[in-house]
Amino acid sequence: MEYVRPKALGEALDALAAFDDPTPLAGGTDLMVEVNLNHRRPDVVVSLRSLDELRRWDDTWIGAGVTFARLEGADDPALAQLARTVGSPQIRAAATLGGNLGTASPAADSLPFLAAADAHVVLKSTAGERRLRWDEFFVGPKQTVRRPDELIVGVELPSRPERQAFAKVGVRQAMVISMVSCCVLRDPSGPTRVALGSVGPTVLRATDAEEVASQAARLTDTDLDEFQRRVSAEVRPITDHRSTAEYRRHAAGVVARRALERCLR
Amino acid sequence: MIVQLTVNGEDRHAEVAGWESLLWVLREQLGLTGTKGACEQGECGSCSVILDGEVVCSCLVMAADADGADVTTVEGLGTPEDLHPVQEAFVAEGAVQCGYCTPGLVVAAAHLLETNRRPEPDQIREALSGNLCRCTGYGAVLRAIEAAREAM
Repeated sequence: MEYVRPKALGEALDALAAFDDPTPLAGGTDLMVEVNLNHRRPDVVVSLRSLDELRRWDDTWIGAGVTFARLEGADDPALAQLARTVGSPQIRAAATLGGNLGTASPAADSLPFLAAADAHVVLKSTAGERRLRWDEFFVGPKQTVRRPDELIVGVELPSRPERQAFAKVGVRQAMVISMVSCCVLRDPSGPTRVALGSVGPTVLRATDAEEVASQAARLTDTDLDEFQRRVSAEVRPITDHRSTAEYRRHAAGVVARRALERCLR
Repeated sequence: MIVQLTVNGEDRHAEVAGWESLLWVLREQLGLTGTKGACEQGECGSCSVILDGEVVCSCLVMAADADGADVTTVEGLGTPEDLHPVQEAFVAEGAVQCGYCTPGLVVAAAHLLETNRRPEPDQIREALSGNLCRCTGYGAVLRAIEAAREAM
């Protein structure tokens, strides 16, 4: 195995361009599971460990190298909430936002927040930069449009309301991969965005449900019932070893409603 | 490739293909078998070590990527004659059943008490949420860590 540890971003992009099918390595919490299970044996690993450029983080930008342990301290309530539910302290100390994006699991905990916030993923290569909205970046389960020579450098976050909530359903508190995850962002005057994970091939927005929630600053019980019904109707879950499609469809409506109710308080 | 590490304060090196885990290097190359391997998926915490100041699962650290790192394993916390307060408290409380998860729990608890001298019970539980005990011995473990907190 060839292992390179570039000292700067430009060097990393050169390395990604120089090798055939290089594997970027950040926290290792996804890659090493596959390696340990003999599902994957990378020929070339480009380590991102020394790239301080990827650890920059402010109100409009989260670098790909920011760990979930750091995101637990986020000012965005939903981002802090989701970060706390990722894996365990050991996983959060290592795992990065960029890794979550690169692996692109439908259950990735950061994605409902990024989709609700209409975040853009920024990719760099020696050929230049691409800036893709979340729904242009994710194309299927564990599939993105990232080319092997491109590096995920971070996400751009547009301005978003302060009323936010994240919720997920799993079999226990820690070390759990979600069966449904949900993020709601709501402007006090009405406009509402709701994104859900683990209930489709990629993270998705429940736009019909957004419409009913966005219509007014005050929502009645009837509105909330309709919101919940629409979320359940819009998700596209499957049955797998973690849950059934039927349960996920029901739970999606319930958690989305709870998250919205938290935003209304 | 050769991987250079500082392990429990000593300079160590190991010859690896590269993709092996830090856990494998510690146990198989350096003979430090206190760190246990079980799930190899980052779920159980039995391989917990302190890597450059953070508790991580050593099974999920690529050996090549640990080159140059500072590692503390359970062997580096205390000696049989001079136990770490957490180890002392685990013995006193009998916080061990089969013992397989114990090194990981001790490492996670020692790191918690080094970074937060007065953890609340909820914070102790949270800090141990990545360490699974299948003998269901958490009650005594929590009592031991509270005792170690008072002793430190």
